[in-house]
Amino acid sequence: MNHTQQGVDRENWFLACQAEDVPHNGGVCVKRGDEQIALFYFARTNQWYASQNLCPHRHQMALSRGMTGSVGPDQQPKVACPFHKKTFSLNSGKCLSGEDYQIKVYPVKVEDGNVYIGYQPLSNTEPVETQQFAAIS
Amino acid sequence: MKRIIVVGNGMVGYKFCEKMIAKAPAGSYHITVLGEEPRPAYDRVHLTSYINGTTAEALTMASLSWYKEAGIDLHLGDPVLKIDRAAKTVVTQSGLQIPYDILIMATGSAAMVPPIHGVEKKGVFVYRTIDDLDKIMAYAKGVKKAAVLGGGLLGLEAAKAMVDIGIDRTYVIEFAPKLMPRQLDDAGGAVLRSKLSALGLKVHTRKHTYQVLGKEQITGIQFVDESELSVDMLVISTGINARDELAKDAGLPTGPRGGIVVDDYMRTEDPAIYAIGECAAHNGMIYGLVAPGYDMAEVACTHIIADPLQGAKNERTFTGFDMSTKLKLIGVDVASFGDPFLTADKAQHVIYEDKVNGVYKRLNVSLDGKYLLGGVMVGEASQYNNLLQYYKNSMPLPGALDSLVFAATEGDKPQGAGISALPDGALICSCEGVTKAAICQAVKDGNESIDDIKACTKAGTGCGGCVPMLKDLAAMTLKTMGKEVRKDICEHFTYSRQQLYDLIKLEGLSSFEEVLEKHGTGDGCEVCKPVISSILASTFNEMILRKNNDTAQDSNDRFLANIQKGGSYSVVPRIAGGEITPDKLLVIATVAKKYNLYTKITGGQRIDMFGAHLSDLPLIWKELIDAGFESGHAYGKSLRTVKSCVGSTWCRFGLHDSVSFAIQIENRYKGLRTPHKIKSAVSGCIRECAEAQSKDFGIIATEKGWNLYVCGNGGSKPQHALLLAQDLDSETCIRYIDRFLMYYIKTADPLTRTATWLNKLEGGIDYLKKVVIEDCLGKCHEWETEMQQVLSHYECEWKAAIEDPSIRKRFAHFVNAPDQKDPTMEFVEMRTQKRVAEWQ
Repeated sequence: MNHTQQGVDRENWFLACQAEDVPHNGGVCVKRGDEQIALFYFARTNQWYASQNLCPHRHQMALSRGMTGSVGPDQQPKVACPFHKKTFSLNSGKCLSGEDYQIKVYPVKVEDGNVYIGYQPLSNTEPVETQQFAAIS
Repeated sequence: MKRIIVVGNGMVGYKFCEKMIAKAPAGSYHITVLGEEPRPAYDRVHLTSYINGTTAEALTMASLSWYKEAGIDLHLGDPVLKIDRAAKTVVTQSGLQIPYDILIMATGSAAMVPPIHGVEKKGVFVYRTIDDLDKIMAYAKGVKKAAVLGGGLLGLEAAKAMVDIGIDRTYVIEFAPKLMPRQLDDAGGAVLRSKLSALGLKVHTRKHTYQVLGKEQITGIQFVDESELSVDMLVISTGINARDELAKDAGLPTGPRGGIVVDDYMRTEDPAIYAIGECAAHNGMIYGLVAPGYDMAEVACTHIIADPLQGAKNERTFTGFDMSTKLKLIGVDVASFGDPFLTADKAQHVIYEDKVNGVYKRLNVSLDGKYLLGGVMVGEASQYNNLLQYYKNSMPLPGALDSLVFAATEGDKPQGAGISALPDGALICSCEGVTKAAICQAVKDGNESIDDIKACTKAGTGCGGCVPMLKDLAAMTLKTMGKEVRKDICEHFTYSRQQLYDLIKLEGLSSFEEVLEKHGTGDGCEVCKPVISSILASTFNEMILRKNNDTAQDSNDRFLANIQKGGSYSVVPRIAGGEITPDKLLVIATVAKKYNLYTKITGGQRIDMFGAHLSDLPLIWKELIDAGFESGHAYGKSLRTVKSCVGSTWCRFGLHDSVSFAIQIENRYKGLRTPHKIKSAVSGCIRECAEAQSKDFGIIATEKGWNLYVCGNGGSKPQHALLLAQDLDSETCIRYIDRFLMYYIKTADPLTRTATWLNKLEGGIDYLKKVVIEDCLGKCHEWETEMQQVLSHYECEWKAAIEDPSIRKRFAHFVNAPDQKDPTMEFVEMRTQKRVAEWQ
């Protein structure tokens, strides 16, 4: 199926991969130019999420390899970095492990088995370094 | 609405506010606090820590916003100048005139300065407030020699501060013949003196200071005996004087040794005025500790709130306070409780004195030998809490007293009996006045964690000394409720690991999704996923990446390799028993060169190759497997290595062939997944070169066979393995290991090593022997069969992974550019090999 067909606004979305390329309840890393984006599929709820691949804690390109899960009564989706198990909300990008980190999260849509990620982050946040600095000062 | 004015914003004044806010019906009182110091109430008990960098903020009892939210008007740096009892108003320095219905005097105390000539000279300080400390620290720059006047509690605290500031030489000057004359007997004082001297403090007792020498600035001090001591600084910390001057001016009676006279409800002569804390004199006593001050705040608070119209007689009174105390002075434990001075006609003495190590203990026991009346401990005081409870609650003493005098040695079971024997009224937290009954009730009400108990009862929030007792009480209470401490693995499963193990086995569930569907909620998380994956692997031993179970594995298991700094992986092939042929060494060398890997010998007698790109892993393993290697499971919570010494085949001391047995054992249990990693070793004789006694199970050759040791580990809390069985033949040894491992797999909590598991196992090693050797549970045959079955499903995970295209394709960094490696990975050279660039 051709991914440039109607319904997909080519201005704001890019084709990441095929839905079947992504494991159930886990993530993959998508390359877009020099950028690395982690893409997750929650099979139980049939939901897709995307975030920056860089874990802001130790600056590791690793979030796509992290374990996914949910937290709280509203079952907020999250991912745990494989390095030190810092967890991040995939809705807001907020760090859930009690620190002030913030990651960018992106919109995802699936059409005809193609997965598209939105260019503009959902969480309108400053770059990671600025965030950290702000937290210290 | 009644208007309350609190004069003074120290620890006790603050505590009064806190208790009023918590207890009084909302909107019934309005509180105004007038403080002399420029900052809100702070923790004076831990004032010394200010010198070590604890900030004034960190010492603050509650932030300004707390007062605001509580609706309290806080005026700082504005001392009260006058109380007009007739008009019921106070006037402050800034000219405020504020009316009150109830006035709380919480003015505290000031440092007592003895009548010495020249105390106004530069370089003479008192030790009382943060401001005092700021001044001392500013002056101390360049000071080489300092003297502290006062060898009591406060003086020694100040001496510690001098040491912490970094002053070369500190003298302690005490008027009495010994240190801490109010708390210690002569022998205790002497031991403390020798310990402090060994730490570099110069102690002078029986010294009556006459004057401060120097023109404008101190150059030394002179004593009444005309001897002199040259010092650059003097800190006076000889005691306290109650701040009762305001009350005196207002015509309120004060005690003979100062302090505003109060009754058992903390009321002064004027029923509208209360006094609490160090400014109050109750039965002529001034209490210079925080715990009685808090108790006074509680008493005043309940008395104010109790509605006199309903005739409710308030039961809460202040009846004096036990001045028992335990503290660490410059690294030396000192404790004193009850009456430490009782003479031989009033008490029998139990005395322990160790001059070599500087330990002194004295217990005063009633003449009939039944009760504890007081005591002193210097140098070691770990039994203080226990002894204090015997004393305070008049509990009959056990027959042998040595267990009371000496700390339980390591390996002894913790004594729970002491706690359960305490009466309900026993005061556990003296700072906040919380009883055993209150703590147990809080636990019964559902506050099962220490944090919850602290939040609910405030116990343990003061000095923190009672926290170990809180833990024991919580565990004990939960147990008497027929409730184990809840062991739910996480929010998604209301089951312990053991319960989940049984469910999975019983129902034959084979994937994380199935288990979540049937027994869990939500999407799972990074805690329950690895636990359940581990149980599934322990039970069925299916290749862990099949059936979509790959994303339910812990991160390292998912890629069958250990993630390292920078995001590369390490590769560890199995080298059973540490035995390897030159040809296989060549293979490792070739592969490592080809993929540019850093190589290192591991602690487990094998070779680790670091720095592999994710997408290279299947290629690397293909070559290793073609050459006869298998996965080493270095990434899994599973059997790692069975280390061996060279054994009887080469060694002139060796009794048996430890290498062959180690290889046999390693190959038997390879791939077995367990609650945590397990390590093993086989030594060919008692010289123990393989260090088997530090392993989860270790085997040592004897003349007659093998000795089997279990539940040892290295790591952060090393623990020696314990002897399970002696002189076994190889077959029996393996059978016992089967049983031991199955029992461990079935019952351990997540991520619990065998050592910790055994420590928690009721009955310890003796019970484990009954289970494994005598089969007291009647399960051994079943376990051996299960083990056989699990082991029979072994396959090399890496072989399976590279042969399955759907699994193999997961080993790519970019899903949309599988041929490209992560460009952010950086390596630098070190000792001719590569290493990862340091993380930011």
